[in-house]
Amino acid sequence: MSKIGRYGEFGGQYVPETLMNAIHELEEAYQKYHADPAFQQELQTLYRDYANRPSMLYYAKKMTKDLGGAKIYLKREDLNHTGSHKINNVLGQILLAQRMGKTRIIAETGAGQHGVATATAAALFGLECEVFMGVKDMERQSLNVYRMQLLGAKVTGVESGTGTLKDAINEAMRDWSANVESTYYLIGSVMGPHPYPQMVRDFQKVIGVEAKRQLMELEGKLPDCVVACVGGGSNAMGLFYDFIPDSGVRLVGAEAAGKGVDTALHAATIAKGTTGIFHGMKSLFLQNEEGQIAPVYSISAGLDYPGIGPEHANLFRTGRADYVAITDEEAVQAFEYLSKTEGIIPAIESAHAVAAAMKIAPKMGKNQVMIINLSGRGDKDVYSIARYRGVNLNEQN
Amino acid sequence: MNRIERKLHQLKQNGEKAFIPFVTAGDPNLETTEKLVLGMIESGADLVEIGVPFSDPIAEGPVIQRASKRALDSGTTLVGIFGMVRRIREKTDEPLLLMLYLNSIFRFGKERFFHLCAECGVDGVIVPDMPFEERDEILDVAQQHGVISINLVAPTSHDRIAAIAKQARGFLYCVSSTGVTGTRSSFTTDFSEFFGLIHKYASIPCALGFGIARPDQAKTMSTYCDGVIVGSAIVKIVEQNRENSLKPVTDFVKSMKQAILKP
Repeated sequence: MSKIGRYGEFGGQYVPETLMNAIHELEEAYQKYHADPAFQQELQTLYRDYANRPSMLYYAKKMTKDLGGAKIYLKREDLNHTGSHKINNVLGQILLAQRMGKTRIIAETGAGQHGVATATAAALFGLECEVFMGVKDMERQSLNVYRMQLLGAKVTGVESGTGTLKDAINEAMRDWSANVESTYYLIGSVMGPHPYPQMVRDFQKVIGVEAKRQLMELEGKLPDCVVACVGGGSNAMGLFYDFIPDSGVRLVGAEAAGKGVDTALHAATIAKGTTGIFHGMKSLFLQNEEGQIAPVYSISAGLDYPGIGPEHANLFRTGRADYVAITDEEAVQAFEYLSKTEGIIPAIESAHAVAAAMKIAPKMGKNQVMIINLSGRGDKDVYSIARYRGVNLNEQN
Repeated sequence: MNRIERKLHQLKQNGEKAFIPFVTAGDPNLETTEKLVLGMIESGADLVEIGVPFSDPIAEGPVIQRASKRALDSGTTLVGIFGMVRRIREKTDEPLLLMLYLNSIFRFGKERFFHLCAECGVDGVIVPDMPFEERDEILDVAQQHGVISINLVAPTSHDRIAAIAKQARGFLYCVSSTGVTGTRSSFTTDFSEFFGLIHKYASIPCALGFGIARPDQAKTMSTYCDGVIVGSAIVKIVEQNRENSLKPVTDFVKSMKQAILKP
């Protein structure tokens, strides 16, 4: 890191003046409490007793045999409370918000997993919670909308722009700038202005730390390759981070190619993005030659974002991590494959990682080991996969 | 001396306050914007802010968000806006500023951008998502081309005001309240306290913006500072009148300028 909050040329703090003191307060509070043993103790207790950590590292025996290459392990973040890795970050930030004396929590959500995790933690800590969600995402993830409401959160639909994750972030930032004294903005990915990319990564790195230890116990060695899906990139950063110094470990991110990276309908920021400044950070974005942010598309609401966290942009730029683009069709096939092969229905986001692994694992040796981050479970996606396959489940909408 | 500095200096000497209107370029099209900018200047506008539409304007309320969308839908580009400014500049010597998001400058290329600013007659830029700490993104290049980058302070700035105000050029843009742009029926900011701090450090003129929509508000606000900035109220008139906005907009500008003329 060249300077604080920077990852090579990426990162920074590009927010309106109204938010600058809030960002600095957050930075100070984070530095203070992150190093505080009592804070860490409380977080570790919540991880264990509330979120069900450590998550299991499961040997996918049938998948390994079927693909005929590397030995495949699944990091089971889908078994966490609320059904995804998002709870790791939310619990950390909610403890921080509480210590900062904030009374209201706001969040953006795409697939709804971060919104559900935030609504859950807000309920647990008795804090007011409002979640911003694009209207298009509310439609394709209606189950999660109702889950958030059950948990006591207000879900506010965002109609502007494309009605997806980026628009939800715009609206959350606008709300934050209006209510900056009372409100804590709980960002769900390794994106936004510093300190969010660092803070979210720190709260998510438990994934990689655990996986490394678990694999060491099971295999007595490091993995040869780790794979995770990338939208903003929080589950991938969480898995990658502890392996970055281990140069023998290949890091692979799977981004959403939608209908294909050569069509207009994709969200493949690494494959097709250029450097820009948006949502508080300098990073890679899908945009036109005048810097207008491009409308993006993916079957997965959680990966349907035109940017990527700045640390990923730098991992890509420096060559430390590889990124592959996975189409809707490949992701849906992987979704069905893992369901039938291992009896695990993955989130459609995580299915992008499974699809990438299915391409890479057969080319690896039988003595090599791969870890796939199963970042979330797929119950929320059953309707949209059925719709994709033309199956009518008698939905109301 | 840059046109912005010259104009504000002149006004100060005459004991006048500046009226600074904002319009979104290309809403509903650039021909209308060109007429509006010239019409507003004839009607008493002292400086004009021209908004460059952005796909994701995070500092804007619904009115300017919708204007940005209309402008982009009508095919407005930065290249087109520079062409319009060039035509306006042939007819007026009043200061013109572009208000735009940092990505628009960054992606366009800052050297190319500020070169065109100088060539077409843009005197200053206001970049709402570029805080003081990130000013190096454009400061050097802007200065080389004689373009002023306007600094902003907000009611939440507190101890930041000293550093920001001291290094400000042209005028200091004082944001009236937290939140996004858009008209407000009332303000909760303690302006005596806010401007107490500002005047302690700012040696250049201060203009107040965000939420000012009516002549009576403009009059009250102008007592604290050297000028008032009005955006959403004008953009709302354009939204309602489209290509026929010239008369209602210039009538509004006249009423606002009149309100702040003399105490």
